[in-house]
Amino acid sequence: MSIDTATARKVAHLARIAVRDEDLPALAGELSAVLAFMEQLNEVDVTGVEPMTSVTPMRLPRRADVVTDGNIQSQILANAPDAREGFFAVPKVVE
Amino acid sequence: MSDLNRLTIAAARDLLKKRAVTSRELTDACLAAIDGAGALNAFAHHTPDLARERAAAADARLAKGEAPAMCGIPVGIKDLFCTKGVPSQAASNILAGFRPEYESTVSQQLADAGSVMLGKLNMDEFAMGSSNETSVYGPAVNPWKVDDRKLTPGGSSGGSAAAVAADLCLGATGTDTGGSIRQPAAFTGITGIKPTYGRCSRWGIVAFASSLDQAGPMTKDVRDAAIMLTAMSGHDPKDSTSANLPVPDFEAALTGNIRGKVIGIPREYRMDGMPAEIEALWQKGAQMLRDAGATVRDISLPHTKYALPAYYVVAPAEASSNLARYDGVRYGLRAKLGPGDGVTEMYEKTRAEGFGREVQRRVMIGTYVLSAGFYDAYYNRARKVRALIKRDFETVFADGVDAILTPATPSAAFGLGSMADADPIAMYLNDVFTVTVNLAGLPGVSVPAGLDAQGLPLGLQLIGKPWEEGDLLNHAYVLERAAGFVAKPVKWW
Repeated sequence: MSIDTATARKVAHLARIAVRDEDLPALAGELSAVLAFMEQLNEVDVTGVEPMTSVTPMRLPRRADVVTDGNIQSQILANAPDAREGFFAVPKVVE
Repeated sequence: MSDLNRLTIAAARDLLKKRAVTSRELTDACLAAIDGAGALNAFAHHTPDLARERAAAADARLAKGEAPAMCGIPVGIKDLFCTKGVPSQAASNILAGFRPEYESTVSQQLADAGSVMLGKLNMDEFAMGSSNETSVYGPAVNPWKVDDRKLTPGGSSGGSAAAVAADLCLGATGTDTGGSIRQPAAFTGITGIKPTYGRCSRWGIVAFASSLDQAGPMTKDVRDAAIMLTAMSGHDPKDSTSANLPVPDFEAALTGNIRGKVIGIPREYRMDGMPAEIEALWQKGAQMLRDAGATVRDISLPHTKYALPAYYVVAPAEASSNLARYDGVRYGLRAKLGPGDGVTEMYEKTRAEGFGREVQRRVMIGTYVLSAGFYDAYYNRARKVRALIKRDFETVFADGVDAILTPATPSAAFGLGSMADADPIAMYLNDVFTVTVNLAGLPGVSVPAGLDAQGLPLGLQLIGKPWEEGDLLNHAYVLERAAGFVAKPVKWW
């Protein structure tokens, strides 16, 4: 599977990473090379094999659905690039 | 006493208990060594005041006769671990300025055991790399040197490896997703163990690929690895994949007796183009274990060849999901926005500025293999191959094999910058012997076993059964004693 410039642009957008138009051909080439490496997996007979979901045979633990912490607003916001009046601030989302 | 920073953890522990030395003295010796080792770029963030405070607290505990396992021992912590109030950047620009409000479970356990954090150690950005060259801090440098080239300490835990090898600390934490503890340990002539998946809590460690990531110790010898791993291990309700199993005293497992054990030599690890001296070292290692009374047996792990391609689907897929959280809203960097830029431009510009090239590449690969139409062809197929890789190991263990011996890396340390023009796959091949272990969730340890013709360290890897780190470390201990590796880098920095 080879990736063209349009696909590279789409992947970059899905990943929310800005890529300049002039850099897209090189990116497409790099992604194609890595995907070509992965193509080897097609040689393996995986008939009847379940995809691994957990590397150790374990059941994920459950806990009661209750509040276990809170009242730490200042800690939550302490590292925010922009926090105002107790909220994270972002550029306008809705016109 | 001079050169206190050169002590092993075990030797320092005994001197501390006898009150022949104080933690303050040990800590000051390490801080002085760090100050004199700027050229190695091993420490990215220095915390001398915190270190002296913790050393004083450790000395007070020792004076009261309390001496938990690591009491008073100065250690370095990889930048991937969140440490309260101390920069924790995963060597990425996108976490510039981030000071966590909390402490990772592993670094908290080390603190509770009395250890003294000296600072945060350099690494590849988000642990993605095998040479430390993807770090926003610039690469850490290997203290080993044979000509005028600066060599890589390996990666991603390159700062940890350089710091331990250069005696800047007595031990360090690392993390290992595809070989990031074992490869740098091999490149710097130290010991590093990746424990069984679930042995050490991942809580508070910046996530790369959650089904593969494990923390582990990087130390000057096997005994120290056992001591430090015991302190780092244990069940943590905050990590749902943390195993609820008792933690044995791994040091007590070091009996030096492996009589009757069965060692497997996997034929698929004998790769085309492997340097002759690595092949020779491997055979020497097998002979050492045979001389110690073990039986050495050829085994087959038929899906080995597919481990790297499976890894480079699974790890980027998980990374693309884990790294979605870096959006310029809650912590770290937010790019400067232009007039009219909305929230989407904020995400895209922040992530373009904040992530380095290799991280961007892996996030995009992961995004692609998880995208509609390709999920089955890549991601699900890779997870099936992963199941087969794990089954290979289960089969040989069921056939009576106790441990598997392989080379740790396909070469000795290479020059910084020497791979700059190589394609990414060439760099990924560094992990060819280590990555199977992560895919199968097994414990693996790298032990320094000799020097190559240039005079650079080479390591051997032992792979063990799940939850049998004690037995695995005992095999490593036998190998260490037989190899008698005592070489140290000559100080040039």
